[in-house]
Amino acid sequence: MSTSINELSPFQLDVLKEIGNIGAGNAATALAELLSDRVSMSVPELSIADANEVVSLLGGPENPVVAILLTMSEDVKGIIMLVFEEKFLNVVLRTLLGKEIDSLSEMSELDRSVFMEIGNIMSSTYLNAMSQLTGLNISISTPDICVDMAGAIMSYPASLFGMRGDKVLIIKEDFIGQERITSHLVMLPDEDSLDIIFRSLGA
Amino acid sequence: MGNLIVVGIADLKVASGDDVLITYALGSCVGTCIYDKTAKVIGLSHVLLASKHMCLTDNNIYKYADTAIKELVRQMVLRGASVKRMTAKIAGGAHMFASSTIRIGEQNSAAVMEELKKLGIPLVAADIGDNYGRTMECWAADGKVVIKSILKGNKIL
Repeated sequence: MSTSINELSPFQLDVLKEIGNIGAGNAATALAELLSDRVSMSVPELSIADANEVVSLLGGPENPVVAILLTMSEDVKGIIMLVFEEKFLNVVLRTLLGKEIDSLSEMSELDRSVFMEIGNIMSSTYLNAMSQLTGLNISISTPDICVDMAGAIMSYPASLFGMRGDKVLIIKEDFIGQERITSHLVMLPDEDSLDIIFRSLGA
Repeated sequence: MGNLIVVGIADLKVASGDDVLITYALGSCVGTCIYDKTAKVIGLSHVLLASKHMCLTDNNIYKYADTAIKELVRQMVLRGASVKRMTAKIAGGAHMFASSTIRIGEQNSAAVMEELKKLGIPLVAADIGDNYGRTMECWAADGKVVIKSILKGNKIL
């Protein structure tokens, strides 16, 4: 019997929210170190959503966003995607490379690789938190980046979960440094993987 | 311009007169616009996957190329269009993440083209593939299709 995202109990939702909370706290610390800035965070908001709902949570289909995609393997399998609003690009480029860009099409290979690295560090801290809580091994792939309209980016996870007719977990988190940046962590664990997470926590 | 009618993900709509159909942010999804210029009836479908066999749990026929295109044509005929006069323009089918090994976009484009061929509807324009998102706007008055993107600007099909 595998647990479907659609049928989680309130207690299981709380467990996921707590994992998100701890993970986001670690990610905020990692981001603060990277940007040499004080970074605080809002209370994470967890939602369970289908493709169309995720796109509206991300600001609508044509909203430009920066997405970093990673694949989870070993005990927990599935994909995670970190999605930042567009202005996060310039916060990072200004701090780390001393430059800004006026439009997404100006993004260079170096800019892209800086982002992939940030995605890598932030999502690793997230997953380390989950790993420590659950005692499970979770590996992540090298990151991949896409900067485009939210709807177009979501077509990739949407087509993956479209194959199962399933929903995704989405955690909204604001990181507050010199500017307030909204991020979303979209998680699409395989159904067996959700069971494995809950079992490890007795949920 | 008449009404602007939005076609969502895994959705399709038919329009006529001065109406405009729009579907936002196609990534690996494919938008298929079919037009009968004599009847001035236009249809737009937004499919997520190539085939119904890829998903066992969802029977939404608007979601799959191998069921949606037929249904779009059927609904257009009900509005007075004739299959013999229909032409098609398609957009989307991009590969958004370079590292993903499943080529959903290519599969979707190929499946849509196969369906059009089966139905005998000529494909007169296509803006597919590459790695960027596209919004597709289809005008019932003249069959014009406008493609808008963040990264590559706008074009008319």
